[in-house]
Amino acid sequence: MLAPLPVTGTQVIRVVKAMRRDRRAQWGPVVLGVAGVVAFLVTWQLYAEFGPVSDEFLPYPAQVIGQFFANFALTSFWAAIGATLWAWLLGLVISSVAGLVVGVLIGSSRFLRRATFTVLEFLRPIPSVALIPIAALAFGPQLEAELLIIVYGCFFVVLIQTLYGVADVDKIAYETTLTMRMTWLQRARHLVFPTLLPYFMTGVRLSATIALILGISAELIIGTDGLGQSVAQAQLNGAPVAMYALIVTAGALGIVINLAARAAERKVLFWHESIRAEVPA
Amino acid sequence: MTIDTNGSGRMGGDVRLHVENLSKIYRGRAGAVEAVRSLTFDLHQGEFACLVGPSGSGKTTLLKMISGLLEPTGGIVALDGKRVQGPAEGLAVVFQEYGRSLFPWMTVEANVELPLKTAGLPKAERRARVLDALNAVSLGHAMTSYPWQLSGGMQQRVAIARAVASRPTVLLMDEPFAAVDAQTRGELEDLVRKVWREHDMTILFITHDIDESVYLGSRVLVLSSSPTIIQDDIAIDLPDERDQVGTRSMTRFAELRALVYEEVQFAKTNAGGAREDRAA
Amino acid sequence: MTILKNLGYWLGLPIVLIVVWYLATLGDVSIFVPRPLPLWEKFVSVWLGDNILSDVVPSLGRLLLALAISTVLGVALGVVIGSFRAARWFSEPMLEFLRAIPSTIMIPVLLLVIGLNDTMRTTVIVLGCLWPVLLNTITGVRSLDEVLSNTAKVYGVRGWNRVWHLVLPGASPAIMAGVRQSLAVGLILMVVSEMFASANGIGTLITNFQNRVAVPEMWSGVLLLGVVGVLLSAIFALVQKGVLKWYDGLKAAADDN
Repeated sequence: MLAPLPVTGTQVIRVVKAMRRDRRAQWGPVVLGVAGVVAFLVTWQLYAEFGPVSDEFLPYPAQVIGQFFANFALTSFWAAIGATLWAWLLGLVISSVAGLVVGVLIGSSRFLRRATFTVLEFLRPIPSVALIPIAALAFGPQLEAELLIIVYGCFFVVLIQTLYGVADVDKIAYETTLTMRMTWLQRARHLVFPTLLPYFMTGVRLSATIALILGISAELIIGTDGLGQSVAQAQLNGAPVAMYALIVTAGALGIVINLAARAAERKVLFWHESIRAEVPA
Repeated sequence: MTIDTNGSGRMGGDVRLHVENLSKIYRGRAGAVEAVRSLTFDLHQGEFACLVGPSGSGKTTLLKMISGLLEPTGGIVALDGKRVQGPAEGLAVVFQEYGRSLFPWMTVEANVELPLKTAGLPKAERRARVLDALNAVSLGHAMTSYPWQLSGGMQQRVAIARAVASRPTVLLMDEPFAAVDAQTRGELEDLVRKVWREHDMTILFITHDIDESVYLGSRVLVLSSSPTIIQDDIAIDLPDERDQVGTRSMTRFAELRALVYEEVQFAKTNAGGAREDRAA
Repeated sequence: MTILKNLGYWLGLPIVLIVVWYLATLGDVSIFVPRPLPLWEKFVSVWLGDNILSDVVPSLGRLLLALAISTVLGVALGVVIGSFRAARWFSEPMLEFLRAIPSTIMIPVLLLVIGLNDTMRTTVIVLGCLWPVLLNTITGVRSLDEVLSNTAKVYGVRGWNRVWHLVLPGASPAIMAGVRQSLAVGLILMVVSEMFASANGIGTLITNFQNRVAVPEMWSGVLLLGVVGVLLSAIFALVQKGVLKWYDGLKAAADDN
């Protein structure tokens, strides 16, 4: 059904090129992605071998990866991961609920929005890690200390997103619900909640990452049980291989949390356009 | 299909744009789509050629191939005898989406100057050309404004000024007035005619508007449906002095309009074949 | 009248809160609860004296240096990765992993590899601040307007000219968003990196107070970091207003239509 035009050599070459491009788009990400990882490992290997850093401080990738998998057999390893995840989860839930409640309260009143502006703008940028020494003194290496750090950091993230969400409620839609004589509860359910949800979920997703960083920082410095504390311990024990393997674990944990947060957001917001737009790739 | 690619000897001396057997086949997972079958035409110095065709006649594909943004599957585009492979020097384009083709972070002046700057022209020369071009589109007063501070029609005038300032061998215009209101459109049409005559330009103007093609052009090329060929080539023998009221009420204008209209109607059902039944 | 009203909104709640806080802490409270007056006295005596030069300035110096390095590095890498498909494919899995590592956990490693010095502390901040800038730059470069990009091609704007006149300004709203995220991350990492034995710095001083169980002094450090955070975002907002003047204008113009 194609053109009855004479097909020239250059034309054939072009068609072949186009087909090759197609195949490249299919295999390129996989092949080059693997190449990228290999290149990283090779650079690491060469640097450990010939670089200025002593072997004692920078082990070979094979040792680290071996230890990473060997850890899976250790109860203490799983206990550390469990402790980190437990603090992460508790902190995330507390700050999300608190951020949502306070955000809706402040957000639904113009007076409160304006009155709290200064206080929020001042409290928000305080890095919650500044509280680490106080938390360490007040609670010692306990879960409460770690929770304080996580909750202070994440609460404001969820709060601010919730405030954006409440502010985004369409004015005309709001007036419509007034004319429909909806009760406060009905209005919250049918108008405010659906508008708010995407913003709130964004806040939770951002918090999921931040909570992990804050939790591990607290473990590292205060010595609360968890991955951070294990890393600090490995460093003190002069066990670099164990230390690097734990860091790889922290990265893997970070990826899992990222993916889980995105998946949760998608599941809750499947009807929302910003999610729908992402589907066709 | 052997073609002399640097053949300034074979093509007439005043041929600015040479298009020969140009074709485009898109290949996707779903199979091949033949968008453009075979296009051949020459554009001579000082011509104002309008390309009209039904929607889906591959106008955009054609423009992208001529401007070097898209690699053709076969055939040749040559500018001043030099084969076009990738965006060529000596070609300027005015896009339909004026709001998206001006750099919003640059003033009007900087927008017009940018191509001259990257071409390495000395400052004095750049300045003179920018002033000349902006005056030609009556925007000398808006030099320090940002594009988004101007109306749609004014933005398109800036884009035209940018094209004029680069002194192109051929100016391509891709449905440049499709997105402006009717009144502004008339003004811009007259502006383009004026700039064309005063600056002795060679223009290829793509449009789907039959009236516009007849009013503007010295020549109208009618495209068939996809896969596209040039279905007809009509000389517009209207006087060079044109105005929106007078010209459009001429009998000859009505005749030419009817002729082009009939061709476009026929093109809607005609794909990839020349029309042989047309009376001369 | 409106000025007065605005002033009321601005200062009303803070004043009420401080008064309530003052009254509530008049009696006996836990030593960990700060009181407004001693807190303010400590803030003045600890941070507004010699320590400004010896600790606050070095801290902020490292932070700003690290922010500058991460911005330059993030934008440069982001432009390359965003512009070339192959570079994107090559780097994506590795970047995806590296950015998932909570940056504070790298401190023990950097202690070993680099040693206990300013380079290490600056590196920690860079390791955290690089990602927001890098990822936002990649997104910004990839979402350049197609018509604008074609316009640049047609008019011979390529190579460095393309980067300078098209890619960087086009991606600048995304880049600025990335830098803003980096500010918050950077402040966190500045403090944490100084909590591991350091010669000077805000974090070091706070840790020293911890060792002496000097609670009001510690709270004054928290207060200081709040002030620093507010100042940093105010300065950033000013810079952003200048850099993205065109963008705000464009958005306002689009909203009018």
